Amino acid sequence: MATLIIARLTFRELLRRRLILALLSLTAIVIGLTVWGFSRVPGLHLGGVPLTPAEIQIAAAQLLLLVMFMFSFVFALTCAFVAAPAIAGDVESGVAQAVLARPVRREELLLGRWLGLAVPVAIYAVASSTAEFLLVDWTTGYLPREIVAAEGALVVEGLVLLTFTLALSTRISAITAGVISVIAFGTMWLGGVAGAFGQVFHNQAITEVGVITHFLLPTDGLWRAAVFGMEPASFVVLARHGLGSSFQASSGASAGYLAWVGFWLLAVLAVALLSFRTREI
Amino acid sequence: MGALAARSPAIHVVALTKRYGNNLALAGLTMTVPRGEIFGFLGPNGAGKTTAVRLLLGLARASSGEGMVLGSPLGSLEARQRIGYLPELFRYQGWLRAREVLELHCELARVESSARRVEIETALETVGLTGRGEDKVETFSKGMQQRLGLGVALLGDPELVLLDEPTSALDPVGRHDVREVLRGLKQRGVAVFLNSHLLAEVEQVCDRVAVVDHGRVVAQGTLAELLAGPQVRVRCTGLDGAALAQLEHFGSIHQDADWLTVSGLAGGEVPALVAAIVAAGGQIHAVDPGQQTLEDRFLQLVEEN
Repeated sequence: MATLIIARLTFRELLRRRLILALLSLTAIVIGLTVWGFSRVPGLHLGGVPLTPAEIQIAAAQLLLLVMFMFSFVFALTCAFVAAPAIAGDVESGVAQAVLARPVRREELLLGRWLGLAVPVAIYAVASSTAEFLLVDWTTGYLPREIVAAEGALVVEGLVLLTFTLALSTRISAITAGVISVIAFGTMWLGGVAGAFGQVFHNQAITEVGVITHFLLPTDGLWRAAVFGMEPASFVVLARHGLGSSFQASSGASAGYLAWVGFWLLAVLAVALLSFRTREI
Repeated sequence: MGALAARSPAIHVVALTKRYGNNLALAGLTMTVPRGEIFGFLGPNGAGKTTAVRLLLGLARASSGEGMVLGSPLGSLEARQRIGYLPELFRYQGWLRAREVLELHCELARVESSARRVEIETALETVGLTGRGEDKVETFSKGMQQRLGLGVALLGDPELVLLDEPTSALDPVGRHDVREVLRGLKQRGVAVFLNSHLLAEVEQVCDRVAVVDHGRVVAQGTLAELLAGPQVRVRCTGLDGAALAQLEHFGSIHQDADWLTVSGLAGGEVPALVAAIVAAGGQIHAVDPGQQTLEDRFLQLVEEN
């Protein structure tokens, strides 16, 4: 019960502090700009010759991947920024003292904060990426192959970073938790890029760097699963023959990897609960 | 609530100790706060007062020792269900309206939804915030935020109210209002644990007092037990150490510049004391008979400790 009260309070905070308004406004502007850009693609010429429908599809897919890469980056950072002060800020300001003096378990406070952040950011990610996909389809005719899988991977990527940051927030200051989380996210992305290069050049050691980072903090692994769902089949074929770029994926997330991500989320949440339960306030 | 819990003291702790690394914040706190009384918990800054409150609420864990609050273990949900608390850092969500803060705490305190409206209106009225319920907390002065914090502590019909420096941001009118609130709580049989270093205030409302210093209780009891009784203050010059020693049989002597405070003086001995000072070569400029104040006693205890 207290979990839902805290979750509702958290959502109300996002609204009152105008975070949701800012996100929606800026996203609408960015989607508007990108759709304008996509609408120009069918009219492009290559060597004085108009693009063929197949070329339009490939150009649109490549551009969409770039736009969604930026979106996933901003989305992940948003998750880190909202989670960083969720517990640490309450403890520093004294709000947590007032709440925990009530018959509220620390687990309820933490899960309420998680729920109150996770649900709105997940809805935001699904709504904004769906809008982008449909508008790109409308302007260029390109629609990703596996929209649900791609959006699911994007959402879980954000939730992974949100959960990781929240766990840090139970012990360290908001600013430090945010910085560590962003650095970890960037490092995992670099590790994933290195792993993709390793695959292209058949270098086992570099490939393993990517594999390890995908398991350590599975943000980049999930991003690649999202890429797989958004890219056209031709990109998959190229990637499988080692001819693609490091920003293309040769396969989606396996059932084993998804199970690992689920376990990872539960384990980090459990660590966060244990950490907060034993923290002195 | 069981019959045993209902009969148990509001607070009973034995040898409660809290250590932060090498720093001993609380060194064996033993005290009992009866139900229905206002209990003053006094001490200089850093004495361990706020640490004690955190242990009582379960916000921090004791390094050793044990205790019960309202018959339930420290920090238990059962205890917190019946406690109202005003933290020293009385910050509430600035983006909420005052009424929303109270609603939130009604929900957290599991106040029946049908009773919330009346609870909130009563709390706003009690702390002098009628008409300000729709204002955002961030627009409140510190004093108004402290009033709101007191209102939050009163929600849910608590059996024990823990107030950590409840008047630190209030003007004299606000302090008077808080004293009236405390007296009202006492009349309703609510125990109040008042953590403060505003001694005059404590003296006016508290039934019982504990003085804590360096993490230890150095004195506790009712005000009558704690204060030394009649005393006389004499402003005099010309007394050396030997002359002061000759006066010790009159009672406990404390010297502060030209002022001598003699406590524990037997009735009618003031003329004899004055004569003895003059006989010892002292020049008397003023004589001020009176009662030892809590501040005098507090300073005496802290200096002795």
